[in-house]
Amino acid sequence: MNANLAIEARGLSKYFGDLRAVSSLDLEVPRGKIYGFLGPNGSGKSTTIRMLCGLLTPTEGDATVLGTVIPGNSKALRPKIGYMTQKFSLFGDMSVFENLQFISEIYSYPAKDRSTRIGELLLKYDLRDQRDQLAGTMSGGQKQRLALACAVLHHPELLLLDEPTSAVDPQSRRDFWSNLFRLAESGTTIMVSTHYMDEAERCHRLAILDRGVKVADGTPQQLQASTGMHIVEVVGEDPYAAQAALIDVPEIVSVTQLGVRLRVLIPISVSDPTSLVLQALAQHRVSAAAEVTHATLEDVFVAVTLKSAERVT
Amino acid sequence: MNSLSRLFAIIKKEVRQLSRDRLTFGMVVGLPIMQILLFGYAINTDVRNLRTAIADQSATHLSRQFIAELAETQVVDIVSFVDTPNVLEAKLRKGDVSVGVLIPADFDRRVTDSARAAVQLLVDGSDPTILAVANQLSAMPLGFDTMVAGKPNAANIEVRPYYNPERRTPVNIVPGLMGVILTMTMMLFTAVAIVRERERGNLELLINTPVSSAELMIGKVVPYIVIGLIQIALILLVGWLLFDVPVRGSIVDLYIAAALFVAANLALGLFISTAVSTQFQAMQMTVFFLLPSILLSGFMFPFDGMPKLAQYIGEVLPNTHFIRLTRGIMLREASITELASELIFLAVFTTIAMIAAGLRFSKRLD
Ligand SMILES: Nc1ncnc2c1ncn2[C@@H]1O[C@H](COP(=O)(O)OP(=O)(O)OP(=O)(O)O)[C@@H](O)[C@H]1O
Ligand SMILES: [Mg+2]
Repeated sequence: MNANLAIEARGLSKYFGDLRAVSSLDLEVPRGKIYGFLGPNGSGKSTTIRMLCGLLTPTEGDATVLGTVIPGNSKALRPKIGYMTQKFSLFGDMSVFENLQFISEIYSYPAKDRSTRIGELLLKYDLRDQRDQLAGTMSGGQKQRLALACAVLHHPELLLLDEPTSAVDPQSRRDFWSNLFRLAESGTTIMVSTHYMDEAERCHRLAILDRGVKVADGTPQQLQASTGMHIVEVVGEDPYAAQAALIDVPEIVSVTQLGVRLRVLIPISVSDPTSLVLQALAQHRVSAAAEVTHATLEDVFVAVTLKSAERVT
Repeated sequence: MNSLSRLFAIIKKEVRQLSRDRLTFGMVVGLPIMQILLFGYAINTDVRNLRTAIADQSATHLSRQFIAELAETQVVDIVSFVDTPNVLEAKLRKGDVSVGVLIPADFDRRVTDSARAAVQLLVDGSDPTILAVANQLSAMPLGFDTMVAGKPNAANIEVRPYYNPERRTPVNIVPGLMGVILTMTMMLFTAVAIVRERERGNLELLINTPVSSAELMIGKVVPYIVIGLIQIALILLVGWLLFDVPVRGSIVDLYIAAALFVAANLALGLFISTAVSTQFQAMQMTVFFLLPSILLSGFMFPFDGMPKLAQYIGEVLPNTHFIRLTRGIMLREASITELASELIFLAVFTTIAMIAAGLRFSKRLD
C-alpha cells in the first residue's frame, strides 16, 4: 500500500445477477487531489463509489481506502469519509439548520463547536437565507449545497461526491468547485463523478468508465494527448450535408456536431486526415473547411467509449 | 458515550419528524378513539329482547312461574302464546319470532327428572349470535333442552358470569381492543419507518455515518413506545368514561405489560421493515399479521373454542398473550406475577424479533 494513495482498488467488481455493473476496476487516487470519475449513464460510477465507502460489498477484488481494506470492517472508515449521494438523501421534513445539527450530532462533533461550525457552513455554502426552510422545499441547487455542507461538516479526509452538481447553475457550479479546490488544498482527497466536461477538466486526475470498465485513466492533459485519434474540425454552411457526407467513410469513427462545426475523429494510423475529409466532402459536393485541432476531453470521451463499444460487439 | 448521544440524536430526529407528520399524529390519537367507539357501540354481542313465542301445553303453576322467570331475563321478549308446536315452528320459519319455547304437558314431572329435558327451545340457528344466546338460556336454573344442542341438559345447571355479571360487551372488548389497536398502530408505524427512509434515500446517507444499526433501530423504536403508552392511557380513559370499563388490578402492572407488548409489536414492525422494499408492501405485511391478531388471539372468539391449529397460531401472536394479561389485570384483579409466563413470552418475542431485524438490516446494506 502506497501511503500517498487515499484509495487503491485492485480488480474491484460488482455483479447484479448477470449484469456486470463494474468489472475488474483498478484505481489509484492520490491523497489531497481531486479525482474525477467520468462515464455515461449506467457505467458504474455510483456503484464504484458505493463499494468504496462500504455500502455495497464487491463481488470480486478489494480496495484499500485510507488504510482500511474493503470489504471488511468499514466502521473505522465512516468518520473519515464524507459521502454525498447522487439522489438527495437528507431529511426533507427538517430545516436546513436541523439537518446540519443532526449530522453534527451523529458524527459526535464537539458540542461546544457545533454552532460555530454550522454557522460557518451556512455562510460558506450560501445557505443563510434558507437556514429555517424545510430542506424538501428547497431548489435542486440549494439541496446540493446543503448536501455538500453536510458531507464536509465533520472534516472528512476523503470526500466521495456522486454527481454533486447535476442541478446546479453555472455560476453556483464555479463557486462549488472553488470550494472543492479549497478543500483539496487543505488536504482533503476528493473523488467526484460527473457528466460535465468542464468539471472533468478541472480534476487533477480522472478515470473514464464505460459499461463498468475503466477505459482511460490519467491527467486531463495525458488523456487529451493519447486519444489515438486525429481530431478534424469541419466548418461549413451546411453541417447536415457535411455530416451525411462523412458518416459513411470507413476510416472515420465518429462525427459529432457542435453548432455549425463538426468534430471528426479519425484513427492516428491515417496519415493525412485532412485530405481524407476534404475528399469525402468534395465527392458529395459539400463545401467546407477542414483543419486538425487538439483533442478536448469530450473527444477523449467519445473516442474511448467508441473503442470499448467495438470491443463489446 | 458517543453511542448514547447518537441514539439521542436519532430519537430527537424521529420525534421532530413525527410531530411534523400531521396524518400520523392524527392516527396516534384518532385511531384508538375511533376504534373504541366503533367496537363499544356498534359491535354489541349482548343480545336483548329476542322476539319469542311460547306454546305452554302444561299450563300449571310451575310453568307459569318458569315463563315469568324467562321474561325477567330480558333476553327474550314474549310476543305471542300459541297452542301447538306446529304453529311455533311456522312462526319461526316465517321469521315472526327468533325463539320458540315449547313447554310439554308433563312439564312438572320432567323438571324433577334429570334424564329428560323439561323444555324445548326452538331457535333460529341461522344467526350465530341468537344461537349463542339460546345456549346461554339453556343454562338457566330449570334446565331445558335446546333443539340445536340436541342433548338434554341436566337440571339446575347454573352458569353465572363471574367477572362480567352484567354481560356487557365493552367490558370484555376494551381490554382486548387495546391489544388490537396497539398491534395495528405500532406495527404499521415501524414497518413503514425504515422502508420510508430507504425510499427517500435517507438510509444511504445514514448507513454511511457512524450510526450503528442497533442505534438506528432502538432510536426509531423508543419514541413509539411512548406513543403506545399514551394510546393505552387514551383507551383506558375513554373506556372508563363511556363504558365504565374498570381496571381492577394494578395500573402499574398493566403498564408494564403494555410496555412489553408495545415493544414486541415495534420489533415485529422493524423486522417487517427490513424484509420489504416499499411502504405499500410494509402495509400489506402489517395487515397479514393484524388479521390473525384479531381473529385468533381470543379477542373475537374464545381461545379454548378454537381448533387446535388456530390455537397454535394464536399462541405465537403477542396479542394473544397481551389479551390474557389485560383481561387478567383489568377484570380479574390478577397481578403480573401470576401472569409471568405471558410476560416472559412477550420479552422473548421482542428479543428475537429485534435481533432478527438487526441481522437482516446489516445484511440489507447491499
Ligand atoms: N441495486 C442494483 N440492482 C441491480 N442493478 C443495479 C443496481 N444498482 C445499479 N445497478 C445497475 O448497475 C449499472 C451501473 O449503475 P450505476 O448506478 O453505478 O451507474 P452510474 O454510472 O452511476 O449512472 P448514472 O450516471 O446514471 O448515475 C446500471 O446498469 C444499473 O442498472
Ligand atoms: Mg450514478
